[in-house]
Amino acid sequence: MEEFLHQVVSGLANGGVYASVALALVMIYRATHLVNFAQGEMALCSTYLASALIEAGVPYWLAFSATVGISFAAGMLIERVIIRPAARAPVLSVVIVFIGLMVALNSLASWVFGTTIRTFPSPFPARPPFGNHYIGSHELGVVGVTLGMMLLLYTFFRHTSLGLAMRAVAQNQASSRLVGIRVGRMLALGWGLAAAVGAVAGMMVAPVVFLDPSMMGGVLLYAFAAALLGGIDSPGGAVVGGFVVGVLENVVGAYLIGTELKLTVALALIVGVLVLRPAGLFGSVAATRV
Amino acid sequence: MSLLAVRSLYAGYGQGDVLHGIDVDVAAGGVTAVLGSNGAGKTTLLRAVTGMVDHRGEVTLQGRRIDKTPTEDIARLGVAHVPEGRGTFVHLTTEENLRLGAYSRRDRPGVAADFDRVYQYFPRLAERRAQQAGTLSGGEQQMLAIGRGLMLRPKLVVMDEPSFGLAPLVVEEIYRILRDVSAAERMGILLVEQNAVIALQLADHACVLETGRVVMSGTAQEVRADESIRRAYLGL
Repeated sequence: MEEFLHQVVSGLANGGVYASVALALVMIYRATHLVNFAQGEMALCSTYLASALIEAGVPYWLAFSATVGISFAAGMLIERVIIRPAARAPVLSVVIVFIGLMVALNSLASWVFGTTIRTFPSPFPARPPFGNHYIGSHELGVVGVTLGMMLLLYTFFRHTSLGLAMRAVAQNQASSRLVGIRVGRMLALGWGLAAAVGAVAGMMVAPVVFLDPSMMGGVLLYAFAAALLGGIDSPGGAVVGGFVVGVLENVVGAYLIGTELKLTVALALIVGVLVLRPAGLFGSVAATRV
Repeated sequence: MSLLAVRSLYAGYGQGDVLHGIDVDVAAGGVTAVLGSNGAGKTTLLRAVTGMVDHRGEVTLQGRRIDKTPTEDIARLGVAHVPEGRGTFVHLTTEENLRLGAYSRRDRPGVAADFDRVYQYFPRLAERRAQQAGTLSGGEQQMLAIGRGLMLRPKLVVMDEPSFGLAPLVVEEIYRILRDVSAAERMGILLVEQNAVIALQLADHACVLETGRVVMSGTAQEVRADESIRRAYLGL
């Protein structure tokens, strides 16, 4: 029983990371109706940046903040320079651009930082909190950071006029222009936010899985499964999906199929959701009348 | 001086022009109706005015050229485009749709007052204020689209077939409200409409488009009295 609880709890910690990356995927999906395959590698580069800053002696939280800020700016830049010129291209071309971006960023990270595995520090104490045996400090911290970030994003999208404008652009760009929203700026902002969220996810997962150029490959797959499970256009669904996938992955891996085959859980989920319920758990099938 | 002056406007969708040199005016506080059958270029005219399609020619708003201005900046100059198909943000609530109409405004008290004003014109929207806009009826969505336009406190409203796809009673209701709005607000309206009878009741000027050219224009009375127009568009 204790072992089972521990699996669930550490699944929740992984789930927080998946939820974050899934959320980033959903944000870009809602604006472009495409899955950003490069999301994981964007987070990878951010994490390497944080690693370099920390190794250069910058205090953790300062490095953390700087990485989030720089990632935000880099995300906006990527939208401007790489994604926007392809905006009117056919869907497959844009998918190729995403994949190209993924490969390029991965290679860039390997080239600049090397392919050797590095450790990445956790900002949380090594000792488990409150003397309990079920959850480590880092795990608890990841869940806390994730939930805090979700709450911030939720507040931003629900209660600010900029957030409303971004939701409007995700739904109807033509109408958004007609009410005076600068659509291009909102799209860039969306990419910036997604990159920042991904950066946080990268820095949270790196202490657990160690930092190397393939770090985000599995994470992206789990996050994709999470986003699909929650409903690819539902931010709330992505978060729930992330935690569900995290727990499921751990429990199924520990008791049913062994850790070597854990990734299969993600693939099975992806196929299962697409076959049985393509809109996911919370995805909207919009009610429209004509 | 006209509020809106369109001179020799050409526009199209990349494969040849749909509009071939259009002249249209909207007076300050006036209503100009653009009539014509399907495919005459009415919607394209509105889209060209707010910069949504490629166009050449002169468009001036209060003497200021806007034909090179991007759509979002035209909106910020006070032109509300109530588009074909209503352009509803279907996943957002009625109230959020209206709030977006006032997105470019910074005068909070004025916006709050305009919420009340729009809900006064359209009490049905007030009842549905927290409802997802995609679940509103066609007539309510048309009201929402007009309300969203009014939230800009526009100088000019360009309106694309507010009667489209609606039951006659609903069309009557919407036009009754439009008459109130037009009488009470100091703004011009450029109205595209296939339903010529009802459009000419609201308009003071009108022009008739045929395959991208203006074939007749004048006061609403003149257009209503014209024999060929009566036969072709008014069914008289």
